[in-house]
Amino acid sequence: MRAWTDISNIKQIIADSSAEEITAAYIEAIGKSKINGFISVWDEAIKVAREIDSNGHQGPLAGVPIAIKDNISTKGLSTTCSSKVLQGYVPPYDAHVIERLKEAGAVILGKTNMDEFAMGTSTESSCYGPTLNPWDLDRVPGGSSGGSAAVVAAGEAPVSLGSDTGGSVRCPAAYCGVVGLKPSYGCISRYGLISYANSLEQIGPLATNVADIARIMDVVAGYDHRDSTSINRENTYSDALKDDVKGMTIGVPDEYFGEGIHKDVEKSVWDAISKFEDMGATYEKVSMPHTKYALASYYIIAMSEASSNLARFDGTRFGHRVDGEDWHVMASKTRAEGFGIEVKRRVLLGTYALSAGYHDKYYLKALKVRTLVKQDFDKALANVDVLMAPTMPAPAFKIGEKIEDPLSLYLSDVNTVPMNLAGVPSISVPCGFAGGMPVGLHIIGKHFDENAIIKAAYSFEQNTDHHNRRPPEVA
Amino acid sequence: MITKEEVEHIGWLARIEIDEKESDAYAQKLNSVLDYFGQLDELDTEAVPPTYHVADIMNVFREDLVKPSMPQEDVLANTENKQEGNFKVPRIM
Repeated sequence: MRAWTDISNIKQIIADSSAEEITAAYIEAIGKSKINGFISVWDEAIKVAREIDSNGHQGPLAGVPIAIKDNISTKGLSTTCSSKVLQGYVPPYDAHVIERLKEAGAVILGKTNMDEFAMGTSTESSCYGPTLNPWDLDRVPGGSSGGSAAVVAAGEAPVSLGSDTGGSVRCPAAYCGVVGLKPSYGCISRYGLISYANSLEQIGPLATNVADIARIMDVVAGYDHRDSTSINRENTYSDALKDDVKGMTIGVPDEYFGEGIHKDVEKSVWDAISKFEDMGATYEKVSMPHTKYALASYYIIAMSEASSNLARFDGTRFGHRVDGEDWHVMASKTRAEGFGIEVKRRVLLGTYALSAGYHDKYYLKALKVRTLVKQDFDKALANVDVLMAPTMPAPAFKIGEKIEDPLSLYLSDVNTVPMNLAGVPSISVPCGFAGGMPVGLHIIGKHFDENAIIKAAYSFEQNTDHHNRRPPEVA
Repeated sequence: MITKEEVEHIGWLARIEIDEKESDAYAQKLNSVLDYFGQLDELDTEAVPPTYHVADIMNVFREDLVKPSMPQEDVLANTENKQEGNFKVPRIM
């Protein structure tokens, strides 16, 4: 078995052998892992694969193994958001995306490591310890879906699901040299995704190639009445898998090549844009003047929403509980002991930003700036088909390098948070290397125009070989 | 600037117990982030409406139909602290 592979190859292997055999091979690979990407393996996986074999491989993903970020609810399989406060929690229901994957015949391998409650850019804040980057075990895999990206890069799963609140799919995709998509807001139901900042986040797929991203989207995207922000819109993502960018117009915002950008990142991204020109696209510079304010706006909104969303983790109904003489003391002690330091910081800041006397200064101000950031996208995308920029300004940093300084970690997200504020789709595809570490090209589209960015990313992949590079020790 | 005392007060509002030793460290880290947030004051947003979310929908309604709900034992399965079909907690008032 090839460790780095794609869905069509997996299907071929299953046709020649069995879903059981391929599932067992992945579970064996996970057992030998050096990267701490999986935090649990589903003990039913082999049994499910065997059932799929005996049912004649029904469904578009029949027998395809998939890894799931640990903030997506899986019935009967522990779901902890990599937090002590959710230790022992086993969801009594499946998230909408899990229902869809099961119907399509996918085999859930297990749950992947993440920054606690998806709050981070490095997967270092997990209560299970950090996930390591398969390209360099001293470096972070990015975050917060670091486990989901690293296991795909390490050949421990062919595809995975992550979630993206401010770059949490695209950042680790870029750092680990795989493909990751943040869909438009409203595209995939968030039912069963444990909320961090619900006006910003979407579940998104990660894979070794663009075609697999489209195939996962064909299964997991779509309307669900249980998410009141789900939008009813039919689309076939795999229709966009065409090598054709002739006449495509690209906008390149200067603001995304700002202070702190690594010179090899800048070069790789411009080389990619030149490649698009060779392929028949044209580019123009565009201006998005409010970009520099997006980060502060994003963090105020995310922390404010988090302070409300995380109120449910109080020891009453599930997870960790520390006894106290009354409910308030019980909840306060449970949360003090159950939450990690970064989660506490964000909940405290969010509580402060929403509190009497500060609501207008922070929260309302951030919502107004969000409008300005969104208008930047509306204007820029009115004249071009897609935008292109670096996903991350610099390659993966060393484990421990930034964890003591929250602000320096937040600043890493400068290029990924604006899309969450605006709700537009964006994809990160490998486009080169900087200091031996992978670089991601960020392609951004109009709201619900996933197919434009999938087509651009797919065409780029067909005409380059960045996506064929493998981390050391991975076959 | 958030003071130590304010950190403890926010901790109470957020139901996160913070002891005196921690509150200094929190105040320092939170102030550096709040200082960064202050850059939004550069923008004149007087005439700008807020964006709470970007989905082009409001008031999502559904038919008020009775449907089966999750069995009570499933809902209570994740805690030891239950009694007669209820969650059990220490006194609230």
